[in-house]
Amino acid sequence: MQTLLQNLANGVALGAIYALIALGYTMVYGILRLINFAHGDVFMIGAFVGYYGGRYYAANYGGSSLAGAAIVMLLSMIICGALGYVIERVAYRPLRNAPRIASLITAIGVSFLLEYGGQFVFGPDPKFFPTLVEKERYIVAGSITMTNYDFIVLGVALAFMGLLQYIVYGTKLGRAMRAVSFNFETAALMGIPVNRIISMTFVIGSMLAAVGGILFGLKYPKIEPLMGIMPGLKAFVAAVLGGIGNVPGAVIGGLLIGIIESFVGGSPISQYREAIAFVILIAILLFRPSGLFGKYEPEKV
Amino acid sequence: MATVAKRMAWWKRDLLFFAALIAGIFAVWWLLEYMAAWWPAMNYFNRIIILIGINITLAVSLNIISGHAGQFSLGHAGFMATGAYFSAYLTVTFFDPYLRRFEGTPWLHGVLSNVALIIAILAAALVSAIMGYIVGLPSLRLRGDYLAIVTLGFGEIIRVLILNIEAVGAARGLPDVPGWSNFFWVFFFAALTILISVRLINSSVGRAFLAVREDQIAAEAMGVDTTRYKVKAFIIGSSLAGVAGALYAHYVAYLNPEMFKFIRSFEVIVMVVLGGLGSITGSIVSAIVLTILPEALRQVKELRMIIYSIMLVVLMLTRPQGLFGRKELWDFLPKRKDRIPDEARDEGHADDGQQR
Repeated sequence: MQTLLQNLANGVALGAIYALIALGYTMVYGILRLINFAHGDVFMIGAFVGYYGGRYYAANYGGSSLAGAAIVMLLSMIICGALGYVIERVAYRPLRNAPRIASLITAIGVSFLLEYGGQFVFGPDPKFFPTLVEKERYIVAGSITMTNYDFIVLGVALAFMGLLQYIVYGTKLGRAMRAVSFNFETAALMGIPVNRIISMTFVIGSMLAAVGGILFGLKYPKIEPLMGIMPGLKAFVAAVLGGIGNVPGAVIGGLLIGIIESFVGGSPISQYREAIAFVILIAILLFRPSGLFGKYEPEKV
Repeated sequence: MATVAKRMAWWKRDLLFFAALIAGIFAVWWLLEYMAAWWPAMNYFNRIIILIGINITLAVSLNIISGHAGQFSLGHAGFMATGAYFSAYLTVTFFDPYLRRFEGTPWLHGVLSNVALIIAILAAALVSAIMGYIVGLPSLRLRGDYLAIVTLGFGEIIRVLILNIEAVGAARGLPDVPGWSNFFWVFFFAALTILISVRLINSSVGRAFLAVREDQIAAEAMGVDTTRYKVKAFIIGSSLAGVAGALYAHYVAYLNPEMFKFIRSFEVIVMVVLGGLGSITGSIVSAIVLTILPEALRQVKELRMIIYSIMLVVLMLTRPQGLFGRKELWDFLPKRKDRIPDEARDEGHADDGQQR
């Protein structure tokens, strides 16, 4: 029972990070029908900006504080947002009317570029993420160990998810995004600047990935340029699980993947931990291809 | 043009073609070995040439799935791994210990090792085909991106499974695979793959593949059993990938699950898309280019993969349909004037692939 709860606690924190990345996937896929393979690497860049920003902050302003962490996170979000904008502008927009497979290949190309570029700029060896906030341990409900990191990860992730939910369903920008994802041309006819909305989608998605990167670095302090690949894929699985294009679905999917992975990691079949997300993916696509909360869309001729 | 000579039966032409091909491969092989004998640097080039042959097999086999049948698969490394590991397991545990008895008589050992290699390759093809069937049957109900991500998932699952099988070394890898594959077998199977691909595309099965690719709903309405043909394409493509894997295993003589990460699948799909989806010669040319390119960039060390990825993006941006589009190399040549008119060709399915 204790280990069960401990795994649950670990899984929720991990799942919250997956959920943040999954949101970027689900938004981009919902609008462009493109698997943005570079998204996991934007997450990696976010973590590295946090690494350099955190070290710079600690060296110049000393110590670690919540305010410093917030500043570092903001910086990371701005840089990743700009990166997301550039990626969309340079690599995806020129191919918008080309076959979809072409943009998938450029997505892979951009992903390679960020990974190998990261290896060149940051160096291929793992780095130790700076402690932005002092770590504190709590013993909850008997013998479950949790740190303040778990609460920070969960709290920050939930706050940003709420913000996104508000943006998508409560603002003009969000309404425009939903319109564009429904139909490009109709949206354009209604006077919605489609290109700008798509850019904004990439910027917001990349910012969320940056938050995910910082939180990941905080919780799992070993970062390296290839760290984005696996979380990226699993986050995509989470997005599919929740029903792609669906914002709350991505959050639930991310949490589920995180929790299940954590349970498998603590079970006798722990060596299959890396494969479990894909097993879930295959099961969900076979029995409910539209995901848990997705709408069923019959095929039209 | 009334007196056009009747063409040879397709199998006669194929036999002739294959005899010439085998002779050709032998001649080139001999030439390369001869060159390597007095110019040691040639050994390095020979290695790249072998890798080119394996990559051609991989790219052309994936082109059957993705280019002809239009099913986007990101799990090719998984099928390659299946073939590589199964064949290597056979040779390491059964064939190689048995063949050691004949080491005294080198010629017999040589003959038997080639026979053993062929058996291992065929077994690999069979097992990979079964794996393709297992993976294909459930996932081919999906389409487009979902299929891509599911095949990617299956590829990773295969890798994680191998990672946990002690009999093939698990995470330590499988050392001491006998290095039996050589220039001849690699290019023999590359040529066989190309031939199968060309023959297939001009057969009724291949036409059904194209119909599924162009418009699945229309194909279904015309009575094409789309799932069956998709699974067929998958089985053929994955079994050929298994062959490539077996050849690779017996060339590098050491296997590790790390070799078959999905990056490997990406490399193959990039070859296919860059060459032009559905273009056989396109796949071949880009397999050659994309094998040489990283080697040629070796001098710039760390920048190598950066340049590779930038070139990938730029090429895709400038030619989204791939280098050749759907055309074959010979479609760019000026048309022959003495070409046999269509109505004179009594065996429409059996032309030599020059008409598409």
